[in-house]
Amino acid sequence: MAGGSSSSSSSFSTAPAPSLVDSLFQRSLDDLIKALRSQPAGAEPSLLSRAVAEIRREIRSPDPDTKAVALQKLTYLSSLHGLDASWAAFHALELLPSPSPLHKRLAYVAASLSFHPSTTDVLPLSTHQLRKDLSPSSPPPFSSLALHLLSLSASPDLALHLAPDLLPLLSPRSSPSSPLRPKAAAAALRTLSVCPDVAPLLFKPLVDCLSSPDLRVVSAAVGAFAELASSGDPTPYLPLAPEFYRVLAESGSNWILIKLLKIFTRLAPLEPRLAARLVDPLCDLLRRSSAQSLVFECVRTVFSGLPDHDRAVRLAVDKVREFLASADDPNLRYLGLRALSMLGPRHSWAVEESREAVIRSLADPDPNIRREALHLIMVMVFDSNVVEISVLLVNYAMKSDPIFANELLDAVLTTCRRNVYELIVDFDWYVSLLGEMARNPHCTRGEEIERQIVDIGLRVRDARPELVRVARGLLIDPALLGNPFLCRILSAAAWVSGEYVEFSRNPLELVEALLQPRTSLLPPLVRAVYIQAVFKVLAFCFSTYIDQLEISQLSSSIVESNTAAAASCIADGIAGMESTDGIATGDKPASLFSSIENKDPFTCESLTKLLILIETAVGPLSENDEVEVHGRARNLLGLIHMLREILTWKTEEQGFIKDNRIGEIVNLLQSMFSEELGPVSVNAQNRVPVPEGLVLEENLADLAWTLTEDDTAPSMSISFSLRSHQHGKTKDAAASSVRSASLLAEHRKRHGLYYLPTEKDETESNDYPRANDPLLPASQGDVPEDLVKLTKQSLIPRKVKHTKPRPVVIKLDEGDGVSTFPSTTVKESKDDLLSGAIHDALLGEGKPSSSQKRYSDKSSRGRVKDIADTGESVSQSKENLESGNREHRSSGSKSKHRGHGKERHRSPQKNEEKEEKNHRNSARSSHHHERHKHRPRGEALLNVAPRAPVIQHFLL
Amino acid sequence: MGIRFVLLVNKQGQTRLAQYYEYLTLEERRALEGEIVRKCLARTEQQCSFVEHRNYKIVYRRYASLFFLVGVDNDENELAILEFIHLLVETMDRHFGNVCELDIMFHLEKAHFMLEEMVMNGCVIETNKTIILTPIHLMDRAS
Repeated sequence: MAGGSSSSSSSFSTAPAPSLVDSLFQRSLDDLIKALRSQPAGAEPSLLSRAVAEIRREIRSPDPDTKAVALQKLTYLSSLHGLDASWAAFHALELLPSPSPLHKRLAYVAASLSFHPSTTDVLPLSTHQLRKDLSPSSPPPFSSLALHLLSLSASPDLALHLAPDLLPLLSPRSSPSSPLRPKAAAAALRTLSVCPDVAPLLFKPLVDCLSSPDLRVVSAAVGAFAELASSGDPTPYLPLAPEFYRVLAESGSNWILIKLLKIFTRLAPLEPRLAARLVDPLCDLLRRSSAQSLVFECVRTVFSGLPDHDRAVRLAVDKVREFLASADDPNLRYLGLRALSMLGPRHSWAVEESREAVIRSLADPDPNIRREALHLIMVMVFDSNVVEISVLLVNYAMKSDPIFANELLDAVLTTCRRNVYELIVDFDWYVSLLGEMARNPHCTRGEEIERQIVDIGLRVRDARPELVRVARGLLIDPALLGNPFLCRILSAAAWVSGEYVEFSRNPLELVEALLQPRTSLLPPLVRAVYIQAVFKVLAFCFSTYIDQLEISQLSSSIVESNTAAAASCIADGIAGMESTDGIATGDKPASLFSSIENKDPFTCESLTKLLILIETAVGPLSENDEVEVHGRARNLLGLIHMLREILTWKTEEQGFIKDNRIGEIVNLLQSMFSEELGPVSVNAQNRVPVPEGLVLEENLADLAWTLTEDDTAPSMSISFSLRSHQHGKTKDAAASSVRSASLLAEHRKRHGLYYLPTEKDETESNDYPRANDPLLPASQGDVPEDLVKLTKQSLIPRKVKHTKPRPVVIKLDEGDGVSTFPSTTVKESKDDLLSGAIHDALLGEGKPSSSQKRYSDKSSRGRVKDIADTGESVSQSKENLESGNREHRSSGSKSKHRGHGKERHRSPQKNEEKEEKNHRNSARSSHHHERHKHRPRGEALLNVAPRAPVIQHFLL
Repeated sequence: MGIRFVLLVNKQGQTRLAQYYEYLTLEERRALEGEIVRKCLARTEQQCSFVEHRNYKIVYRRYASLFFLVGVDNDENELAILEFIHLLVETMDRHFGNVCELDIMFHLEKAHFMLEEMVMNGCVIETNKTIILTPIHLMDRAS
């Protein structure tokens, strides 16, 4: 392969015998290439622009040789250097009729490389020349060139006009082994796909090609049908199945067999009897063929076309195992994995059999193979094995290269998130897994992890203690702050810690973590979240402290021991608190107080320190030029100043009680955060019906009245439950909360529409055991060991008895987990036109075409539907997902089958039908025939036989 | 359409032949070629010959300093395309005798003709080397 043959280049003369003057001045293509090769780096653009200027001059020359060379150079430059050649389209056209084969060739190459209906407006001018070159009287090489141009650049008009000229080339009469017939078949395919209206004309000859003795013709025709069947609805080709089957049995060429199998892959799901007939030949090919390409195609056909035929699937799976085991051929390994993922979860036993190979592929040197293996594994995730697989993948991500590591994390994140975490039973585990992912040094999936942390916090009440624990771990680690990909996760962690601070073991430590010096590395918005979290924590600390004091007072009054030392007072307070647990904690889970550890209660001293700490850390931020940070820092400092002004509590603990102002402030703050945030359905807004009589354009003058009336309700618009941070309330507070609750209830009753339904989880949450114990003992293992370990585990879903019940996950009805529906309608319209036309060409004579029906009025529709309902049709189940319009169309084409057995030869009526279609396209066609416009449509539909007998006739 | 495009690219990533069977604008072509070249040329011998790119699958094979890259539909048979690439190389080899980059540069049209004989409208229509080369021999003799 190596070793230059530049000598041969000189022997190839680009332009024979140029005229004397031009040959003296014109550069040939070779000269141009040499100049391009020898130019210094960077000089290319100037050289190219000079060359183009030269070409522009030369191409206008009246001398065809000069013009041809100029065109040749331009073709080279546009093809390899990406220069625009559309301006020269007319000059290429000028050379097309040239009698010199060389010029003609050059012109055709130039045209086929650059012409396209969307950019070449002179394309219609080539019609005449193409027709001339396609005619049987012109030499075959010319016809070949014309066919090629037609297959690359045909516009619908061109296709329509030249389709009749393809007929002689397609017919076997031209010559038994004409080299043009396969090309004509390929060009016919292009013609059909750009202009479905020519189907009546070309389809029959194309079908005839299948029975040609010339294998090349058969190959081209099969290729064309494979293309047609895979690009649109394959149903119209079902009647050809016996023909395809015959070719399958007779042909020995692997190229043909592969294409045939592609057709059968599409047809087999439509007709069970065809699938049954295919099993034997497929098994035969699988066993005997030595060509891997053919074997792979058989596997693909079996997996996607005949997944119900166990014998074939068994054999194919064995072949796939051979593929996967081929250590020296990455191509086969890749294809083996691809094949397995075609099988889908129903045949997970096949993956199970090859699990070792699949898992090992995660460590393959080829990222593509790793990705396929990952994809395959993720398809096999069920709620029984999600823990093992996720742990394995997350651990493996630690040691993998950055790109793949993130793919692994992505896979785990998307799989676990699927359908509102339907796979996850143990949320404590999952939350700590999220924390682990965040610690992966390659992790760039901060946004998704952030989203899930917050989302789980909102949805899964029982996961909150663990969430707070994980968040603490992330917040106190100064090393994480420098990583720009993690700041989103830290933001979520800060939010969770602030929002659910009552689960925190040590709020003071949390504040220190939130205010550590390295937080200056965070982007402003995340800092703002941090400060807000500090605000919430501070409010919580004070409210807890006051509660403690009140309780201690209460208890001390019970035991009659007053004026104890501060420390013992608080200890008593907690003891008293526990004794009055049932009353004091009211709507609070009992976990709250046990989470504030006895060894570190809030004392007057610790709170003072807390204030000083916050003041020093946040103080400088009040001058921050980011408004979010600035504003929140000011809020926080304002609160601190307010607390500081009340001096009494500094001297004695009881000051709190004496000076009720602090209690008031704190209660006020607490009530600000007391309402629980819940997930909001994406459709919440839509669900709000516009009240009767509401005129949106109306003057809003009476708004003030509305506001004063409704002002009593809290400002949070959507709430699942009302949770109060006050525990051990004084009677006063309790009474006020009862009052506000009743007001709220009233408000809700009146505006019930605007609230999501209250979930029942509040009643269930208390019997769920709190799990603060560290989980995942298995996660420390080494990767290869883990890989092997997983290979011992089954990928197949098995029944696992869960030790604890799955916690309640708040799920909003239709808004969650619904992905947008893929819209395929745009592409289908054209395919349907084509398949409809082919239906007509293949089956229908003397009946209105399906495309005609498509244009017909709605009144005929109901009738057609009735027929579709009675007729038993294989495809019906496929269709019923689609719109009524589509069903209508397919049922219309079904009605065609009746005519199939009767007449297969084309009748003059066919041409009339075609003309009628031309009429419909009269915008671009000049044919106008009114004759058949009023053909009664219903007539043909009345006596429609079910399709099944027709197929039977062909298959058996 | 099975085959969407055939690209020949040298080690430096310069395009040496480009035949598209579906229409792309010049900008799209340039972008596509750049992306594919970046993706494929970095791969090693131990890695498989298939790369997914946008909605295509690229099947490629390296011969000496030239990469043959074929963009196909997703359900196309990868191994058959590899065989097709090999057939193309063998055909060129037979015609040029030890084909190299320069042969293709200086005889771009001939390379296009060979492709034209082998592939039409994205379908492989001819796999016999002698038949593929016959029209080219005829042309050579005529000129």
